[in-house]
Amino acid sequence: MYNFDIERPGTVADAVSALGREEAQPLSGGQTLIPTLKARLAAPSVLVSLSGIEELKGVRMEGGKLCIGGGTTHGRVAREAEAHYPGLASLAARIGDPAVRNRGTIGGSLANNDPSACYPAGALGSGATILTNSREIAADDYFQGMFSTALEEGEIVTEVRFPVPSAARYEKFIQPASRFPLVAAFVARFEDGVRVAITGASNNGVFRWPEAEVALSSSFTADALEGLTLSGDEMISDLHGSGQYRAHLCGVMTKRAVASLV
Amino acid sequence: MPQVKMTVNGKAASGEVEGRTLLVQFLREDQGLTGTHVGCDTSQCGACVVHVNGEAVKSCTMFAVEADGAEVATIEGQAAPDGTLNVIQQAFQDHHGLQCGFCTPGMVMSAAALLKDNPKPTEADVRHYLDGNICRCTGYHNIVKAIMAASGQDVGAIAAE
Ligand SMILES: Cc1cc2nc3c(=O)[nH]c(=O)nc-3n(C[C@H](O)[C@H](O)[C@H](O)COP(=O)(O)OP(=O)(O)OC[C@H]3O[C@@H](n4cnc5c(N)ncnc54)[C@H](O)[C@@H]3O)c2cc1C
Ligand code: FES
Ligand code: FES
Repeated sequence: MYNFDIERPGTVADAVSALGREEAQPLSGGQTLIPTLKARLAAPSVLVSLSGIEELKGVRMEGGKLCIGGGTTHGRVAREAEAHYPGLASLAARIGDPAVRNRGTIGGSLANNDPSACYPAGALGSGATILTNSREIAADDYFQGMFSTALEEGEIVTEVRFPVPSAARYEKFIQPASRFPLVAAFVARFEDGVRVAITGASNNGVFRWPEAEVALSSSFTADALEGLTLSGDEMISDLHGSGQYRAHLCGVMTKRAVASLV
Repeated sequence: MPQVKMTVNGKAASGEVEGRTLLVQFLREDQGLTGTHVGCDTSQCGACVVHVNGEAVKSCTMFAVEADGAEVATIEGQAAPDGTLNVIQQAFQDHHGLQCGFCTPGMVMSAAALLKDNPKPTEADVRHYLDGNICRCTGYHNIVKAIMAASGQDVGAIAAE
C-alpha cells in the first residue's frame, strides 16, 4: 500500500472541503477501499475519513420513509431498521460477516456500486432516493453500470431515503468464497405495483427486471413468473458461473423471494 | 507522522503511525501484542479480529488512525492477570476447539462478541456468526461446541468431539 495522509473531519462541510485537496478520496468503513489500496488499485494522496462525522450516522423514519445516514454501518441498519423495514434490515444482516458489518457502511456500498453488492439491489428495488452534500438522486438515475454511479468527484452520499413497501424480500444465492451474492433478487411490493432489482448478474451492474415487475404487479405469485426468462448474453461469466447460469438464477431467486412473501 | 492514542486492554497505548498503518500492525509491531494474527491480510479469514469500542472488527482492514481515542480489546486481555483463562478460552481447551491455534485469537474474540449480544445462541447462530472466521484445522465442530459450552448450554448432544 502506498502511503497517504488521513484527515478526520467532524462535519460534512469540513469533509467536502477536505475532498477539494488534490487526489483526495473519502474513506468510510474501508471494507472495500482498504483491500483496494493494498492491491495498489488506488493511490490517493489524502483519505478523508467519514467515520467521525456523527451527522452521517443513524436510522430514522421521516415522512413515511426510512432515512439512513450515509455513514451508518450494515450492523446498525440490521438492528435499527428491523422494526420499520424488515426486508431491508434482513439484507443488511446478510452482508459479508459480522466484523465486515461493524465497519462497512451504506454510503460506501452505494458509492462503490460493485456489480455483486447487496445494497444497490435494496435501493433500486425500493425506489430509494440518494441524498448527497449537494443534491438528491433517484435510484433509477443513480446506478450507471458496473462500479459507476451518478456521483461527481468529491460528492458524498449523506443519506438514503427508502419508501417502505408493504412486503419485501432479498434472496441471496451466496458465493461462499467471497460471501457476496453470486446472484440476488430484491422484490418489493408496494400498493401501486411491484419492483424487482437484480444484483450479481449483469455486466452493467444492478438492474430492474421490468417483465417480472409487470407480471407480479398483476398477480403476486411465483407462478406469475413462469416462462419469463432473461438472456445470458449480457450477464457476467466467470469461473463461478456462466452467463446462462446467472440468467437462470435471476428467475429462481425472484421466485423464491415472492414465494417467501405469499 | 500522525500520533495515535487509544486504550488497549484497559491500558493507555500511544505511538506514531503512518496514514497506511493498519490497526493490526500497530498492535503487533508497536505494542508487541502478537497474539492477534494475520492470516490473509485480505479481510477473509478473521484471524485478526479484535474489539474496537466493544464491536468485533478485522484489524487488518482498519487503519490505526481510525482507532484513535478508541477502547481496543485483544486476545491478550482475555485471561485474568494471573493467567487464568476466561470461560471461552477454557471451553476451547476443554472441547479441543483448537489444533494449530492460528485462528484461535480471532475465534475467541468473535465468540466473545457473539455472546455479549446473544448469551444463549443456538448452534446455527454460532455457525452463522463465525462466517468470517476461517479455521484450516478443526473442521469447526469443536469450535462451535466450545462456544456453546462457554454460553453455559449442554453440549452433550451436539457435534462430535
Ligand atoms: C469479507 C467481505 C465480505 C463482503 N461481503 C459483502 C456482501 O455480501 N455484500 C455486499 O454488498 N458487500 C460486501 N462486502 C463489501 C462491504 O459491504 C463494504 O462495506 C462496502 O462495499 C463498502 O462500504 P465501506 O463503508 O466499507 O466503504 P469504503 O471501503 O470505505 O469505500 C468504498 C468506496 O466508496 C467511497 N465512499 C465511501 N463512503 C462514501 C460516501 N459516503 N460518499 C461517497 N463516496 C464514498 C470510497 O471513496 C471508496 O471508493 C464485503 C466485504 C468484505 C471485506
Ligand atoms: S488477517 Fe484480517 S481477515 Fe485475515
Ligand atoms: S486451529 Fe489451526 S487454523 Fe484453526
